[in-house]
Amino acid sequence: MQAISTLDSTTLRPPLLVSTPPLLIAKNLFKRYGRVTAIAGVDITVYPGEVLGVVGESGSGKSSLLRLLNLEEKPDEGEYYLDIDGYQGVNLFDLDRFHRREVRIYHIGIVYQYPHLGLRMHYTSSGNVAERLIMAGERSFDAMRSAARASFLASEFPLARMDDFPFRLSGGMQQRVQLAKAIALRPRLLLLDEPTSGLDVSVQALVLDTLKRLQRETRITIVIVSHDLGVIRTLADRVVVMRQGRVIETGLTDQVLEDPQEAYTQQLVHAKL
Amino acid sequence: MSDMTVAKLAHPRQDYSYAFLDEFAKRELRRRILKAIAIPGYQVPYASREMPIARGWGTGGLQVTLSLVGPGDVVKVIDQGDDDSVNAANLRRFIARMAGVETTTDALRATLIQSRHRIPEERLREGQVLILQVPIPEPLRHIERSMAKTREMHADADYALMWLELYEQLVRYGSFVTGASYPVIVHHRYLMSPGPIPRWDTPKLHQAAHLTLLSAGREKRLYAVPPYTDVYPIEFSDVHFSVEDQNGRVCFITGVDHKFMNEIPQSDGSSLYSLSDTGYAAKLLKRKKGEAVTIGATYYDENGEFYHAGYLHT
Repeated sequence: MQAISTLDSTTLRPPLLVSTPPLLIAKNLFKRYGRVTAIAGVDITVYPGEVLGVVGESGSGKSSLLRLLNLEEKPDEGEYYLDIDGYQGVNLFDLDRFHRREVRIYHIGIVYQYPHLGLRMHYTSSGNVAERLIMAGERSFDAMRSAARASFLASEFPLARMDDFPFRLSGGMQQRVQLAKAIALRPRLLLLDEPTSGLDVSVQALVLDTLKRLQRETRITIVIVSHDLGVIRTLADRVVVMRQGRVIETGLTDQVLEDPQEAYTQQLVHAKL
Repeated sequence: MSDMTVAKLAHPRQDYSYAFLDEFAKRELRRRILKAIAIPGYQVPYASREMPIARGWGTGGLQVTLSLVGPGDVVKVIDQGDDDSVNAANLRRFIARMAGVETTTDALRATLIQSRHRIPEERLREGQVLILQVPIPEPLRHIERSMAKTREMHADADYALMWLELYEQLVRYGSFVTGASYPVIVHHRYLMSPGPIPRWDTPKLHQAAHLTLLSAGREKRLYAVPPYTDVYPIEFSDVHFSVEDQNGRVCFITGVDHKFMNEIPQSDGSSLYSLSDTGYAAKLLKRKKGEAVTIGATYYDENGEFYHAGYLHT
């Protein structure tokens, strides 16, 4: 009784997820590759500071979805909005290549499963991070060096190896270089495509720790795609389960993984356990 | 009707048209050149003709020279600064034979200068045309292999990756290591390869009084730097472009310094240096012998200072 009476209007605010507008809205996405329909009518909403997990078996359309969200490809149908300066209410799929490039450089960071997709293997690691700054118009060598250092600190990459080539680094370190590159310009949205799937279990745990700390400190919005429910359980606040290009179940992570409603999700959870 | 034979109807036999190229070829080249001048630094495609020399030996420069040359012109041909090397001698003889023009080794007397790898040390003046032979006209070639993609990058003026290249050079070697073909931005718009001229010659294109035409025969592209056009090498705001250090190098023939030198290794391990620009060296020697000769002002003065003060950071 006592406790309830101390609650006044200032502490009793609606949860942030309800009061803030979503950062990302994707509506009615369709993507076909020839006769294969990779994505068949997906709707996704992500709120600022949230981590959304996308799970599903191979071929369920998770990676295709991420490619669309990274503006690498155009869908056959669908709309995509990000709540970023200058682009509010603009369907990002309608942008010309100049503005698409601008959105991708300033506002979206991505970490791929395979480092060679995200990194220039024959450029130094710091050069890979500096590339983002150069793309954004930075022309001072000193500024690039210090920004690269800051970014490597944030991704917990040893500074002594910042001028090594990525192909000389271990898998876990390559992922950290990708991460440092992705966050170099402090984007609003970070996309992770199976970021730890190629790593052994102990390194996987370390990279996940880094991601979790980074998310906690910067409140960056993340969409993470993984077939590994352990990774999703560690990072994600909310989960979307995909199968055959459709979203079949969505909800809070604990809710979906502890009490799956769909038969397929139950199968998926039990296969893991 | 019986007298309408092919022999009678046909044009009287001629071995070659004036200056080797037929009139259609020359007209096409001249139109391309006009377009290139209108859009400084932009690579204009043209129908590169078969020439009686192999691709890679100056066919691009030769076609431009032959399309511009007239009976009143004076032609100079340079190969690596040298007027007498095989390539220069052959091209000069060919142009003279086909166009009946006077040839010279004096950069000041020439109206057309075709060159490979060098720009003369003496300042060229208004009305002179410098034609540079270029093997690889695309400055983005080594960072982007797809020609379709590089054209898109030129259209968007998206040259950021060139600075990544500079970043890598600084990190790996501590300085910019691009020796020849140092990329430049022309008229604050197009990224351009100045051809394989040394860094020493690159600043000479900036606000130059003469017209520079660059042509690649194998790649079928030509482009231009019109007179009095801004040309800036790419660099960082805190790490600047610099030319090759010629300090302490004295030409053993003429005794001058602060010009671009050829290094001649000696058997005892030391080196001798001689002027790379032989036309200029010949005039200096003449003056030494007391003969009357006009020597023009040079791009770099006797203290090694570039003639546009403040253009080069020291």
